[in-house]
Amino acid sequence: MKTLSRIYNALIFLFLYAPIFVLIVFSFNDSKSRVVWSGFSLRWYEELFQDEEILSALGVTLSIAVIATIVSTIIGTMAAIGFRSVNARLRRVLMALNNFPMVNPEIVTGISLMLLFVFIHRTTGLLQPGYMALLLSHITFCIPYVVLQVLPRLRQTNPHMYEAAMDLGCRPLSAFFKVMLPDIFPGVLTGALMAFTMSLDDFVISLFTSGASAQNLSVTIYAMVKRRVTPEINALSTLMFGAVLILLVAINVLQMKSTPKQAKK
Amino acid sequence: MQTKEIIKLKDITVSFDGEPVLSGLDLNISDGEFVTLLGPSGCGKTTTLRIIGGFVTPDSGSVFFDGQDIADLPPYKRQVNTIFQRYALFPHLNVEDNVAFGMRVQKKKPAEIKETVDRMLKLVNLAGFNKRKVETLSGGQQQRVAIARALANNPRVLLLDEPLAALDLKLRKDMQVELKNIQKSLGITFIYVTHDQEEALSMSDTVVVMDAGRIQQIGTPQDIYNEPENAFVADFIGESNILDGIMHEDYLVEFFGRKFKCLDAGFGPKEPVDVVIRPEDIDIVPADKGHLTGKVTAVTFKGVHFETIVDFKGFKWMIQTTDYYPVDSVIGIVLNPEDIHIMKKSEYSGMFGDYSSYSEEFDEMANPEIDLTEEAEVQE
Ligand SMILES: Nc1ncnc2c1ncn2[C@@H]1O[C@H](COP(=O)(O)OP(=O)(O)O)[C@@H](O)[C@H]1O
Ligand SMILES: [Mg+2]
Repeated sequence: MKTLSRIYNALIFLFLYAPIFVLIVFSFNDSKSRVVWSGFSLRWYEELFQDEEILSALGVTLSIAVIATIVSTIIGTMAAIGFRSVNARLRRVLMALNNFPMVNPEIVTGISLMLLFVFIHRTTGLLQPGYMALLLSHITFCIPYVVLQVLPRLRQTNPHMYEAAMDLGCRPLSAFFKVMLPDIFPGVLTGALMAFTMSLDDFVISLFTSGASAQNLSVTIYAMVKRRVTPEINALSTLMFGAVLILLVAINVLQMKSTPKQAKK
Repeated sequence: MQTKEIIKLKDITVSFDGEPVLSGLDLNISDGEFVTLLGPSGCGKTTTLRIIGGFVTPDSGSVFFDGQDIADLPPYKRQVNTIFQRYALFPHLNVEDNVAFGMRVQKKKPAEIKETVDRMLKLVNLAGFNKRKVETLSGGQQQRVAIARALANNPRVLLLDEPLAALDLKLRKDMQVELKNIQKSLGITFIYVTHDQEEALSMSDTVVVMDAGRIQQIGTPQDIYNEPENAFVADFIGESNILDGIMHEDYLVEFFGRKFKCLDAGFGPKEPVDVVIRPEDIDIVPADKGHLTGKVTAVTFKGVHFETIVDFKGFKWMIQTTDYYPVDSVIGIVLNPEDIHIMKKSEYSGMFGDYSSYSEEFDEMANPEIDLTEEAEVQE
């Protein structure tokens, strides 16, 4: 029984990771072939960093990820604090509204955002598909993840701490920065990393909201693959996989660090 | 003691979600006094304290500090500091930085801050704890840091919301003495909230008994105990047998079909009243020598005395006696005029003071302990 379950596990991991493994290995292949190994080389990585199209997409992806992370972290943290101060009934409703976009099929979110932007563009002339639309949609889908990370941390903090700071002479804003933010910071940081990862990672929603003027990496790769699959794509995918992997490990480490502390209390 | 008035609450009304929490509250507090707000859980003590601290804005009524209306003054501008129910220390700061917090906000000089921190830590018996992390401290020590942190701001008035509720009995007793000493040595006003009547009686200059968002009585601990104003106060402070009586004339009251001399006057002719008799004031005598005779129905040994429940014509009294009278023995009691206290009838008449349903378990359950709900929320 035990060996059987081991084999089962091994198979699952094999099917899950074999494609990625192959992709990574062949990103270092010296030839263009995707079947025959002809020696180790970094030429595809070199070419990758000379490809204008990819570099500009990388720029879009990174700048969108950074801005979306900052903005969604601020909005998400404020929202989480707001959620704390309303009564339990309203809070449940708000939480459901918050969680829904995360389980809603991305394609639905993508199409509805596209329709919204098109509508706004038609009626006001603003926000045609492009950088701004892409950024706004990334901010939108990142916020729930931030809320979800900050809320549990907020629940652990003593609600009187903020009042204690004001009692000792702090104005509300300085009480927030001096006392509340340091206390919920691990949650805020995890939320920010999560938002960053989600933004880097996103394809479906970006596909619908980015226009021809601003395309991020995933959309660019998709467009390139439709034309021809070059080993460059392997190299690029390997890098993205590595980046997201590192971020996920970082998030997990952060979460683990803040959990034992809670147990001690 | 000075008699200058430092805080005045006038006709304060507060409601949360349509539920009245404070109704027409009037309270004057003299400078330098140790005042305790005493009442069962949920009666509005914390809310009253938060109004003084500036965290709750009353729906109507005014708040004066030193003669000035401070209704619109935010907490950070009030010369009042608070010890919160759960200390509310800043976990990311060490002991010293916690205590220095208020002074740093006010941009005091580093040398002055250092000096004050050391003085405050010495005052609360935590000298040398400067660099400790607050989470490594015990509950009692954290409480002391909270006190030092509030006092370092040099407040005119210190508000304390059940500061000792989370401590065990022995530590609580020690801290009561210490707090009282700190208050005396600094000479500032303490407004102290508790649901523990013993704590209130032993620490305070003035006790404010509250129930259901109203003040029931204000007075010295002796006044409150000896001259309760209504059945609620009589029952909440210590144990009381409360009976229906009729005041025949000044100094003469009738209950159980018998007239007794008493020390109270100023009631209308034949006015129905509540009669309070404290369990420890009752003298037990042989059945044939008593004013009243009754039958013992339960006895509990309490260390100092026996708590004896006696049935008088279907009404059960509690009597505290150092002599043991077994269950079913018939005894007599003698009531002297000074053992009898007369109160006007109130909305609480008939609700308290009969020990018919009395039992040990009930006693324990009725103890309004520290908010367990709050505990659960923290652990959530
Ligand atoms: N922020 C609030 N929102 C709603 N109800 C509250 C709030 N604060 C207190 N209450 C209610 O007001 C009543 C009095 O509360 P409180 O002043 O905390 O009483 P106490 O300190 O005497 O136990 C309680 O019934 C409590 O549930
Ligand atoms: Mg309270």
